[in-house]
Amino acid sequence: MREDKPVLGIDLGSRTTKIVKLKEGKVESFEIFDTNHNAFYRVQNIIRDSKYSKIVATGYGRHLMKAHLSTRVVTEIKACARGAKFLNADCSLVIDIGGQDSKVIEINPEGSFGQFEMNDRCAAGTGRFLEVMAQVLGYGIEDFWKEALAAKSPIAVSSMCTVFAESEVISLITSGEDRRRVALGLHLSIIDRLYPMISRFEYERGVMFVGGVAKNRCLVELLKKKLKCDISVPENPQLVSALGSALIASEERK
Amino acid sequence: MSDDKEMWKKLGLDVGLHQEILESIERNFKEQVLSQKNRPAKMSYFDEVIKNAHGARVKEIIDGKSRGSKFIGTFCIYVPDEIVLALDAIPVALCGGTSLSIPYAEKIFPRNICPLVKSTLGLAFSKTCPYAPIKDMAVGETTCDAKKKTWDVLSKKVRFHIMEVPQKKEAKDKELWYEEVLNFKGRLEELTGKKLESEKLSKSIQLINRKRKAIANLHSFRKGSALPISGMDSLVVMQGALNDEPQRFTQKLEQLNEELERRIEEGISVAGKKAKRVMISGCPSVMGNWKIHHLIESAGASIVCDETCTGTRYFENLVAEEDGNLERQLKAISDRYLKVACSCFSPNEERMANVVRLAKEYKVDGVVQYILQYCHTYNVEAINIASALNNEGIPSIKIETDYSEEDVGQLKTRLEAFLEGIESKKNA
Repeated sequence: MREDKPVLGIDLGSRTTKIVKLKEGKVESFEIFDTNHNAFYRVQNIIRDSKYSKIVATGYGRHLMKAHLSTRVVTEIKACARGAKFLNADCSLVIDIGGQDSKVIEINPEGSFGQFEMNDRCAAGTGRFLEVMAQVLGYGIEDFWKEALAAKSPIAVSSMCTVFAESEVISLITSGEDRRRVALGLHLSIIDRLYPMISRFEYERGVMFVGGVAKNRCLVELLKKKLKCDISVPENPQLVSALGSALIASEERK
Repeated sequence: MSDDKEMWKKLGLDVGLHQEILESIERNFKEQVLSQKNRPAKMSYFDEVIKNAHGARVKEIIDGKSRGSKFIGTFCIYVPDEIVLALDAIPVALCGGTSLSIPYAEKIFPRNICPLVKSTLGLAFSKTCPYAPIKDMAVGETTCDAKKKTWDVLSKKVRFHIMEVPQKKEAKDKELWYEEVLNFKGRLEELTGKKLESEKLSKSIQLINRKRKAIANLHSFRKGSALPISGMDSLVVMQGALNDEPQRFTQKLEQLNEELERRIEEGISVAGKKAKRVMISGCPSVMGNWKIHHLIESAGASIVCDETCTGTRYFENLVAEEDGNLERQLKAISDRYLKVACSCFSPNEERMANVVRLAKEYKVDGVVQYILQYCHTYNVEAINIASALNNEGIPSIKIETDYSEEDVGQLKTRLEAFLEGIESKKNA
């Protein structure tokens, strides 16, 4: 029977590709892998080997899916809002930071998205920025935020541009500054970048932080302090848009 | 083509670079304009206007000059073509729409001025604008700071006239603008060695009124649910309006309008029934720049109205046809042009009212505020426009961008999400 077949939500992100298989409203399985030269091929193989009744794709590479596989596509904004609402019915604002972009999306009480803000062209303050900075400081991506959390006070990093920040950090380190404090300074600079985007919205509660960057506990803590409210982070924050796509697929199938 | 090359060489253009820029524009034109399906047959003339902009049209102007006409380059729709034409001079808007010339402007000018000004300057500086070497005078206006100061720099090198567009629209401002129209007439009389005659002015007023009426007609066809022409093609016509010989342009447009009328009768529409109706509001898209129209229409929506200088601001309002009295005619011209609601005015309630009125007239589902990067007046005014639209329950989004391709991925996401939002609102 058609109803028994699962649906697929695919998020072809700029850094990682996420696939969620949803069956009867529950996540049956998911996959996460790097978006590299091989990613689209891998997606095609997964689709070929899967039993499914409908696919909805989203993310930076969604139009590739549409062009080559005639897949139904939705934007990351719509997918992310849908996924967040599913995970927390009270969610009214989603902050989504991925590999190369950051978004803030308002969620209407009935579940659709309202206004949204998105960074333009520059990838400063996104996942890729954090990766590069961690590398410059000689940290793994997890140690980076753990060490930053352990720092007593920050050392300000003024450049938001990934390239300039890199040389600024190198000169701070070579002049003997504490790596942890620089790490905390870098995290704070992201908050400063993000705050004007968030402050355009009204929020008191129901704020959710998603996307791969939401796994960074230091950013979550700093953001709570800055926004003076609680922020929820789902178990697999990077899967929210893929989950949202799968939910849209299952709704549209009916 | 080889004749054109000969001409460009004679004009002292950098023929190699010029070729490179033309090819890039042609590529975009092919991909973004010619690739559209189900276009009206009579669009072929306006396609030619674009293709001939650096060729046949330049030759036509050079021929006109050899018969004694002066060639006037303009940069804004506040400059009254009627007066230029009545003195047998030829007006052409010289605004640039290509990103390729911008680095040549940035050699001298700051980076953070709008792409339209930089593209225009870059074409002149890099010797790739065939109009620059043949113009007898350029006419600038004081609509924005970047332009104002640009004129100061340029007027060191070329013959320049600057019209002061006031900041307000009070009685004293109307007087000032009338003075400016008179000064412009005086300067043109001096340049052409001719006296402005009422009879000739009356003819050019009639001609430009007829041209504006034909354009208004074209736009009226976009108000219905069946769309006989795409927003992109309507833009192509408008880009032609700023370049082409007005008499011929008007005749050809009247023919296109007849075809569009037939298409409506036959129920031919270039848009699907579910296509969202979008209005563009803000900055102009001049020849070479098809970016925002392409992004919106290839996302499945239809642009049904442009509240821009390449749209309603160009054709709304006519000059009152006052016979026989030069002073009254010039007053009528001055009155008409000051009705144009550009974001350079303060306060600007007129523009808020226009945007809301047009959104209703053209039954739009949403408005895209199109802001050229660093265009501060449109960018800041976007706040008031958005709230005026919001009060009427009309969704809007602001897109600030330049001529480059680097932000196309993000713009697609934002525009598609905007359309998705309209869709879910409709279904709710």
